[in-house]
Amino acid sequence: MSDIVSTLQQRFAGVTSSEFRGQTRVVVSKSDAFAALQLLRATGGFDLLVDITCVDYLNYRDAPNRFGLVYLLANTATNERLTLRVFLGEEDLTIPSVVSIWKGADWLEREVYDMFGVELTNHGDLRRILLPEEFTAHPLRKDYPMQGRGERHNFPVLARDRA
Amino acid sequence: MAVELPENVVVSKLDQLASWCRKNSLWPMPFATACCGIELMATGASKHDLARFGAEVFRFSPRQCDLMIVAGRVVMKMLPVLQRIWSQMPEPKWCISMGACASTGGVFDTYSVVQGIDRFIPVDMYVPGCPPRPEQLIQAIIDLQDKIQNEGTITGEEFSAASRQQPKRALMELPVIQSGLGTGGWGPGSQVGPAPAIGGPR
Amino acid sequence: MPLALAETRNLAHDEAQDFVWTLNFGPQHPATHTTLRIVLKLDGERVIDAMPDIGYLHSGFEKIGEHLDYNQYVTVTDRMNYISPLANNIAWHGAVEKLLGIDITPRCKYARVILAELARISDHLVCNGAMGLDTGAFTFFLYAFNQREVLYDIFETLCGARFTNSYTRVGGASHDFTPLVIEKIRAFLKNFPKTLDDMDRLLKRNRIFHDRTKGVGLLTREEATNRSCTGPVARASGVTRDLRKDEPYLAYADFDFQVPCMKTGDCFARYWVRMAEIRESLKIVQQALENLPAGPINVGIDERTTLPDKRQVYQTIEGTISHFELTMANRGFTVPVEESYAAVEAPNGELGFYLVGDGSDRAYRARCRPPSFIHFAVFPHLIRGHTLSDVVAVLGSLNIIAAELDR
Repeated sequence: MSDIVSTLQQRFAGVTSSEFRGQTRVVVSKSDAFAALQLLRATGGFDLLVDITCVDYLNYRDAPNRFGLVYLLANTATNERLTLRVFLGEEDLTIPSVVSIWKGADWLEREVYDMFGVELTNHGDLRRILLPEEFTAHPLRKDYPMQGRGERHNFPVLARDRA
Repeated sequence: MAVELPENVVVSKLDQLASWCRKNSLWPMPFATACCGIELMATGASKHDLARFGAEVFRFSPRQCDLMIVAGRVVMKMLPVLQRIWSQMPEPKWCISMGACASTGGVFDTYSVVQGIDRFIPVDMYVPGCPPRPEQLIQAIIDLQDKIQNEGTITGEEFSAASRQQPKRALMELPVIQSGLGTGGWGPGSQVGPAPAIGGPR
Repeated sequence: MPLALAETRNLAHDEAQDFVWTLNFGPQHPATHTTLRIVLKLDGERVIDAMPDIGYLHSGFEKIGEHLDYNQYVTVTDRMNYISPLANNIAWHGAVEKLLGIDITPRCKYARVILAELARISDHLVCNGAMGLDTGAFTFFLYAFNQREVLYDIFETLCGARFTNSYTRVGGASHDFTPLVIEKIRAFLKNFPKTLDDMDRLLKRNRIFHDRTKGVGLLTREEATNRSCTGPVARASGVTRDLRKDEPYLAYADFDFQVPCMKTGDCFARYWVRMAEIRESLKIVQQALENLPAGPINVGIDERTTLPDKRQVYQTIEGTISHFELTMANRGFTVPVEESYAAVEAPNGELGFYLVGDGSDRAYRARCRPPSFIHFAVFPHLIRGHTLSDVVAVLGSLNIIAAELDR
């Protein structure tokens, strides 16, 4: 586990790693993210992409960046896990897609796009997945209210006579 | 002048006869979306056995049904589908809103969940519970049968009469989206009209 | 009869597409079980392509997770994979306890194991029952639901709710096992294997079921891992990964059980793996019940981590204070400003929660890793080249639960 982290640190500048409750997390800069994930898949043996998710750090204490992408990886042979985090500033919400590395990333990245508005480049099929396509907001952002902005009740009423 | 009737002849009104036929041959359309759908399945399965109450012929084609059981939360992507299916059902038809989510939105007071289907389609019977027990659903069907017994006529005129045209709750004053809302929402171009088509790829 | 995968034609620049027609499947269809929609491109009866369209039950679970505290959100996880709510409860509070650094008592670990395995049984019963229903074997479904009623009765005796249990709490559980519950589980363990054999016989040599499921929806081992599959879907393709064995959480290291796997990766393999898992779960429940440790089910209230039980709240001043502080905003749990991920082997696959704590008693972000969502993404790959009637068989074997799919 520590050797793959040191490999990452030798290969890419500014890679920091930390440990919390037995989980190793590495933070990679945005420009290196795709290459680092490729390296982890090819030489690190992380063949299972467990999850891709995103966190909006708008109200978070001392957070310098608005969004943080989280890649949860696992190695099915050795049962190691690794969490890779990439921080994105609000000014440029694009990051290369990893569908070419793991096919399972397809829908996970579409969900990140749908919920947070992060653009995954080279995805090939980046559409909204859970919300209707006419929807314009990204609901899991912290500045979107939980009850929404009234979209849920913007429908015609069907009374008995129209049925 | 008294008329002697044999024992096996029952005198009734034609209206009552028609209602009696209607109430005992309900064909439910299970609009099962979420957890309540599993309890709906349990109601139809062997232990609770909805067949005892003459409402076990679940049909998945709305054209064949006269009772819609909305089981589970309805979200904004699903609501046009619900309205389409409701309008495809022939009169006379009734609707049971099963569970807290279908009736009021339940615990899901979020951006996408419709806070009660009765805002958009007429509902005859509400079943509380999250999810309701099968016994509660059976009770609702029995109550609905009582209601059907008391309201119908042989000609069926009342099913298109003006008396049934009112929505069940006075919900018309609830927030209506103003156009030009800014960033979020459906935008000013969103059309309030007939339910959008659901066929074909998006 | 196994079907060879038809060559998929390139439709992008094919001027003669007259043979292609489009079929809309769902969102309201008996075989979708709940609400999902697939737009199928067909050549006659052969599926050329499938385009899933989901979100018909998207209810904002993860948004609610940011507004409810760690104990309250368990009620919402019940409604996530609603055919095995207990597995979600255990996954959620397992993740919370990992973030908070709470080590639960041995009795609670065993109790959670027993309930997780009972939930697995009830989940597989519905999944296989519905798969039988879709492929024309209705009786199997009735047997399965009858046994689920027995399980409902056990859960109801335990915690008062038959269906949406909300059983776990941070650092413990809402109710302890009573002798009556243990007696009912014992009775279930005694009676259920016979019914299970009956059910097995209904489909094991059923020619129609075999023809409709064998060789349908093939998933190879490499594809399964590449497409992030876990759980029975991956194990039917030869992936031996099972978190209960590979990363033993709770008390799974104490029990003797096997992980059933198949190599064929078709619908029948998925059915078979689930049936075999039911038997292994029975073994685990048996062992856990016999060795259920004595002692309290909640960790001590002195550390102010678990809600005290009602008798303590009403009769002791410490209990009242502890309960009051835990339910007050910002006075309860000591939450690190950290992020953690914890997963359990849910009936459907790896069910995990990625939690971001910000020091308050609410999660800053409560991400769920939903197995149904990931398995449904595989569906177009599985159905290409098969016939229209295989759509329901493949859907049934993947066990797509819409509330977990859309959240």
